Amino acid sequence: MSNTIISLKDIVVEFDGQRVLEGLNLDIHDKEFVTFLGPSGCGKTTTLRIIGGFVDPKEGDVFFEGRRINDLPPHKRHVNTVFQRYALFPHLDVFENIAFGLRIQKKPESEVKERVSEMLALVNLKGYEKRNVNLLSGGQQQRVAIARALVNHPRVLLLDEPLGALDLKLRKEMQIELKRIQKSTGITFIYVTHDQEEALTMSDTVVVMNDGDIQQIGTPEDIYNEPKNAFVADFIGESNIIDGIMLRDCFVEFAGAQFDCVDKGFAPNEPVDVVVRPEDVKVVPEEQGQLTGMVESVTFKGVHFEMSVTVYGQEWLIHSTQSQEVGSVIGMQLYPEDIHIMKKMEESL
Amino acid sequence: MKWLSKTYIWVIMLFLYAPIGVLIFFSFNQSKSRSNFTGFTLDWYTRLFHNDLILQSLLNTLIVALVSSVIATVIGTAAAVGLNSMKKWKKSIIMNITYLPIVNPEIVIGVSFMLLFVLAQGLLGRINLGFEFGYGTLILAHVTFNLPYVILNVLPKMRQMDKFVYEAALDLGCPPVKAFFKVVLPEIMPGILSGFLMAFTYSLDDFVISYFVSGASSQTLPITIYSMTRRKVSPEINAISAIIFVVVLLVLLLVNFHGARKERVSRREGGLA
Amino acid sequence: MKTKYSSLFTLPYLIWSLIFIIVPMGLVVVFAFTTESGQFTLDYVSQVGEYTNVLVRSVWLAAIATVICLVIGYPLAFIMSRMPGFQQQTMLMLIMLPMWMNFLLRTYAWMTILEKNGLLNKLLGLIGLGPFDMINTQGAVVLGMVYNYLPFMILPLYSIMTKIDNRTIEAAQDLGANTKNVFLRIVIPMSVPGISTGITMVFVPSVSTFIISRMLGGGGNLLIGDLIDLQFLGNAYNPHLGSAISLVLMVLILLCMSLLNQFNGDEEREGMLL
Repeated sequence: MSNTIISLKDIVVEFDGQRVLEGLNLDIHDKEFVTFLGPSGCGKTTTLRIIGGFVDPKEGDVFFEGRRINDLPPHKRHVNTVFQRYALFPHLDVFENIAFGLRIQKKPESEVKERVSEMLALVNLKGYEKRNVNLLSGGQQQRVAIARALVNHPRVLLLDEPLGALDLKLRKEMQIELKRIQKSTGITFIYVTHDQEEALTMSDTVVVMNDGDIQQIGTPEDIYNEPKNAFVADFIGESNIIDGIMLRDCFVEFAGAQFDCVDKGFAPNEPVDVVVRPEDVKVVPEEQGQLTGMVESVTFKGVHFEMSVTVYGQEWLIHSTQSQEVGSVIGMQLYPEDIHIMKKMEESL
Repeated sequence: MKWLSKTYIWVIMLFLYAPIGVLIFFSFNQSKSRSNFTGFTLDWYTRLFHNDLILQSLLNTLIVALVSSVIATVIGTAAAVGLNSMKKWKKSIIMNITYLPIVNPEIVIGVSFMLLFVLAQGLLGRINLGFEFGYGTLILAHVTFNLPYVILNVLPKMRQMDKFVYEAALDLGCPPVKAFFKVVLPEIMPGILSGFLMAFTYSLDDFVISYFVSGASSQTLPITIYSMTRRKVSPEINAISAIIFVVVLLVLLLVNFHGARKERVSRREGGLA
Repeated sequence: MKTKYSSLFTLPYLIWSLIFIIVPMGLVVVFAFTTESGQFTLDYVSQVGEYTNVLVRSVWLAAIATVICLVIGYPLAFIMSRMPGFQQQTMLMLIMLPMWMNFLLRTYAWMTILEKNGLLNKLLGLIGLGPFDMINTQGAVVLGMVYNYLPFMILPLYSIMTKIDNRTIEAAQDLGANTKNVFLRIVIPMSVPGISTGITMVFVPSVSTFIISRMLGGGGNLLIGDLIDLQFLGNAYNPHLGSAISLVLMVLILLCMSLLNQFNGDEEREGMLL
């Protein structure tokens, strides 16, 4: 891809003696939509705040276009932030909120007017100039926050769970909107979320984080189809994670049966985690199945039925367009490319 | 049930207001009697406005209240801003000290100031920096008992404030000091104002502490009133009471009216959105 | 807003409170335990014992006034808290208005009413009663305390009761509680923090007053406050004994408050002080 704009080297952060980030390394490319994805407490917001200048790392360096910016205070960085709960200035109206950065730079009134209305157009808030920000809806406040951050023409926009407070429908709208704004402005977006679906929909690159460490970096397709470990597999979409033994390259045993697969490079007889997506399990008559299981429950989910099936003493989640009777025994087939083999994680989740 | 609570309210209101009513009523009495109304007059009011002692002490009261509440507001606001970002244990120690002047009986605060000032008088007198009890001691004492009210009004506003608002200002290129004045100060202004007003009124009203730290030349209105009550019959007190009551009533009505109107305006705006 | 320097903002206040809160309090303690020449002594503290009757009287009268305030104020606060919003504002204003008058004036008012040939005796005379000796009695002192400090009881009670949701009460009724039970099991337990704040705010100024007792109690009903005043600004000038009495007063109040806190747990006091 294009050149690196931000790079983090061996970042360590401690709060009150507790390690939040341990030796994080990350390069972010220009004009990309990057998402930090992970459960709460994984260090994603902290990473964002390091880039914004609000957290001083205990160790490690932060580079912006190759220049070390560890000691640069927030107000001198070419980076702007859309805060989690917007942090709009409650005593200023919509126009003045957006104009704030320009007023600080003492821009002439004509330029302020022009750039603010440009921003209002970008976020579809024309005509809202004089509104009290406290009385706007969540979505409108969100747009003001984005406009306010973009008016300074930052090189990088940081977004800290910006859609967290919105309802589902609005969130979907804003996702598309944000993607559009990112494309049209060409600004690098760094987006923090714990919502995997949001991450997959919007990003060019997803950085999956857990326990202060990066688990995997890749395109949404990579992350979904080729999760690097059981944590990523489980966090990105629903998965069945089963204990298995890698008998040899491309051949694995789990759930009391043996399967062809496409992974290799493990030691013979190495214990592994086997990940199978619920939608990748093909339901067949009992006698045709590589595996068999008993249906415990069936829930209608709209597009498909979600079934809980006991296979070899373990509960599996299976998605199927056809309902099965509870208590019936079904057969299951797996294609080799749908069986994902992962190194055992040192610690269980 | 309804009439019972209504009656109850009326009885208490009678209890609260009858004495004040009596006081005001007899301010219009021709004779000095406090139980026989002999005829209407405004004499006591005229006398009041020609009484230099009372006018001077009113002026003293206003000066002391204004100066001390301004100083307390500045120091107290700064303290609240700092306190808000302090570690919990440090903060709780300081807050305990802050509560001391409120929780302690006024008379103890008063005598403790007196001890301090007498001691300082002696020590500073030795290096020819002697001072008299007067404006200085009054203002120092008033600032001290005003400070907690400012801090207790500003601190909750600091806590309620979205701390990211300050960060947002930095983020948009505002240097820290400027960000404080542009963003934080407007946010906590209501707290600062109510802290200031509270300090100002407490200062106006204070008798006990002033009693121990004022000098002969710096009597405040409450102290003058006190010495008048010692002389038993002086209907000028009634006149003062009437004036104070009317002023307080007007201020309260104004504040309430203003508050009610603001609420209505914001509700209407809310309806539009 | 956390910056490296933000705690510096507190510095002026810290210095101020060191000089004008900590040091003066320390002086009271030092004076209480030293003689004029600076020698350590327990004489003054033990001398306070001679005034046990005054101490007992102060606590007793203040306690009576506090109980009366609670009994009168509690129902009023509850009635207020169930009123429609506008009426609540009006009531609040009516309760606070007398508070804004200087307490000397409020006490003076009662002085004129309770006098031997004051208004009350005159009115009673009209229906053939009296005249009674009302001023310069302990009753008059208690009345003065109640009149002056009743709003201090009502306001914290009211502010805690507004937080009791009507739905909580309805839920209790729904579960079969009658009026008595609603009060005993819901309203009173939920208003405990307000009760203890109110008690503190009435008791502390009552037990330490010296003006109310002087104006309404005559010379015969001295309270602790009068004693202290006498040692500092009166004829008996003796700041060491005065400090010793002040110290005893502080300890007394501290004891009463910690006794009260037993019922109260560790409620946050902030914001209840208005």
